[in-house]
Amino acid sequence: MTLETADITPPATPSGKGKSLLAQDTRTKKRNAAETRFKAYGIAALAFSILFLAMLLFAIVRNGVPAFTQTFVTIEVELPADVLDKNGNRDIDDIKKVSTFGYNPLIQDALVAATADIETDVADGDLKKMLSSSAGATVRNAVIANPDLIGQTVEFEVLASSRVDGYMKGRVEREDLERDRNLDAAHLDIVDALSQTGGVTRKFNWDFILGADASESRPEQAGMGVAMLGSVFMMLVVLLLSLPIGVAASIYLEEFAPQNWITDLIEVNISNLAAVPSIVFGILGLAVFIQFAHLPQSAPLVGGLTLTLMTLPTIVISTRASLKAVPPSIRSAALGVGASEMQTVFHHVLPLAMPGILTGTIIGLAQALGETAPLLLIGMVGYIASNYPDGIASGFLDPNSAMPAQIFEWAKRADPAYYERAWGGIIILLVFLMTMNIIAIILRRRFERRW
Amino acid sequence: MLDDKYHADRAVGTMQDKKITAKNVQVFYGDTHAIKDVNVDIADKTVTAFIGPSGCGKSTFLRCLNRMNDTIDICRVEGDILIDDEDIYDPRVDPVQLRAKVGMVFQKPNPFPKSIYDNVAYGPKIHGLAKTKADLDEIVESSLRKAALWNEAKDRLHQPGTGMSGGQQQRLCIARAIATAPEILLMDEPCSALDPIATAQVEELIDELRQSFSVVIVTHSMQQAARVSQKTAFFHLGNLVEFDDTDKIFTNPQDPRTESYISGRIG
Repeated sequence: MTLETADITPPATPSGKGKSLLAQDTRTKKRNAAETRFKAYGIAALAFSILFLAMLLFAIVRNGVPAFTQTFVTIEVELPADVLDKNGNRDIDDIKKVSTFGYNPLIQDALVAATADIETDVADGDLKKMLSSSAGATVRNAVIANPDLIGQTVEFEVLASSRVDGYMKGRVEREDLERDRNLDAAHLDIVDALSQTGGVTRKFNWDFILGADASESRPEQAGMGVAMLGSVFMMLVVLLLSLPIGVAASIYLEEFAPQNWITDLIEVNISNLAAVPSIVFGILGLAVFIQFAHLPQSAPLVGGLTLTLMTLPTIVISTRASLKAVPPSIRSAALGVGASEMQTVFHHVLPLAMPGILTGTIIGLAQALGETAPLLLIGMVGYIASNYPDGIASGFLDPNSAMPAQIFEWAKRADPAYYERAWGGIIILLVFLMTMNIIAIILRRRFERRW
Repeated sequence: MLDDKYHADRAVGTMQDKKITAKNVQVFYGDTHAIKDVNVDIADKTVTAFIGPSGCGKSTFLRCLNRMNDTIDICRVEGDILIDDEDIYDPRVDPVQLRAKVGMVFQKPNPFPKSIYDNVAYGPKIHGLAKTKADLDEIVESSLRKAALWNEAKDRLHQPGTGMSGGQQQRLCIARAIATAPEILLMDEPCSALDPIATAQVEELIDELRQSFSVVIVTHSMQQAARVSQKTAFFHLGNLVEFDDTDKIFTNPQDPRTESYISGRIG
């Protein structure tokens, strides 16, 4: 019994019968090699994607994060009553008569005082080049908000000009300023001196997230807030229209519609619509909503309507897919106890399909949120969103921009300070998207927990 | 295999009035002629079994009895099917009311992904059978008792029905079907997904349900047909070949095809 058990070495040339399982034949070897190769391709592809993603994130964070901080100059501004309130009765209408230009000499005096200890060639009148041209408005707004400040000397933190900000962030070098008429190297010496004494500081700038866009010459003042509201109002329109319409259409097509050539045609066209370039929807929106229906240009309502057209196919396709995925046995069970077709759909099929519908909706909304091309045609790009909407109706109907449109707008402006803001805008957009996705995941969990 | 009790019951069964009458029923799926000229009388308070090889049309015919075939676009039914002498394919008939009267249990246990209570209460709720919560509780309890599931389910009424074992799920589906107070219960291979013990429980239940309902059961198992039914119909290639008392079909079939099927030569 023991003599064969010792002989476990495979035969040198396995052939036909009696092949040993301990040696791989050529076929098996080939097959295993192919498998190993395929796995390697897969891992390589994955590694490439991760690498590109990491590069993308790195670039976004590196270029975008500086946009969230801004350089401020602290100055002590004397607010003399004889300039700002000639009648001396603190009447708000009188105070408002003094324009921002009226404040500029006060700021200049404050700057001269602040730089008194610093030896410099810069003429007193040129000192204000260090500040944003919004400085006068900043001081004026504070005075109008609180007229009691008149007659006192008040400390203000005003925005530095974008060149000074760029210098603090390392974007602007002294050599860059040789041909720059806005700032001289001598200004930077003052900035260096002031930053040592704490007169020039760089800190987190909420106005970039919450503020309004500014003119081309004031990148330091530009913010995303108003465009963000424009996007929010647009998304509300898209959600309120495309979800009910899309879901109702899918339910009808999937559960009630007869199978004939008309529904086949509709089905093919919905799939095709999902692949239509978004600019086509843009020109459709222009023709239908603005030229035909005479809705206001650049309004989030029109943007939302246009994006609804674009989002509907996505929602319809994903809703139909998730309705299809509900096991037919549930439908038979409901029909079997005498539920009507509508009761079957609304009591049993729809709750089960809800997680899938939500996922599809969020994907559609995310697409719509990031869409720029259709907005180009209805005038939401290029509009300077400098005012907050005044109430809900104004939010839908007043001209506004949207986040991607604002980013596009910034990216094409000449000042390099806007380039940095475009990257920062991308970060805000991505955070916005991620928030939407997290809400979707939470909602989906809720629905799934109902077994 | 058949004890005396069954013979006695069967005699009672045959004396009952007819509940369902099918006259010259034809069913087409598109161009396929699935059911060919079927005539059959199904008695009240009786278990009637439909047997036959796969694809013979027995399930199709069963689904005609509560118009479940309506949901299939290409399916067309001709001929008359009368329940209590009313044509169920009359345009005035709403399939929803019909299905409340003709309950159905499917091949695979298909409880709703809801609690046990909600599964049973769903039918009575949508048909307005219970006016108060107490009424509904009572219907749920009596249905679960009739389905021999009360003792196992009473402590977990608000847990998901999908968390039960296969046999329990199928009895839950039976409870759900009888909760709407139907007069006829259709069962499409109710035991094919169950183990022998669960099968025995369901079969026992079917025999009890006969007291209150007319039961029509499609089965692949000839032993099961012999155990639970008083009447048996043999279908072959869309034809109703033979319809008679169960023991007659199994002991003395008239048609050679029936005999071949029962002895295992076709099918």
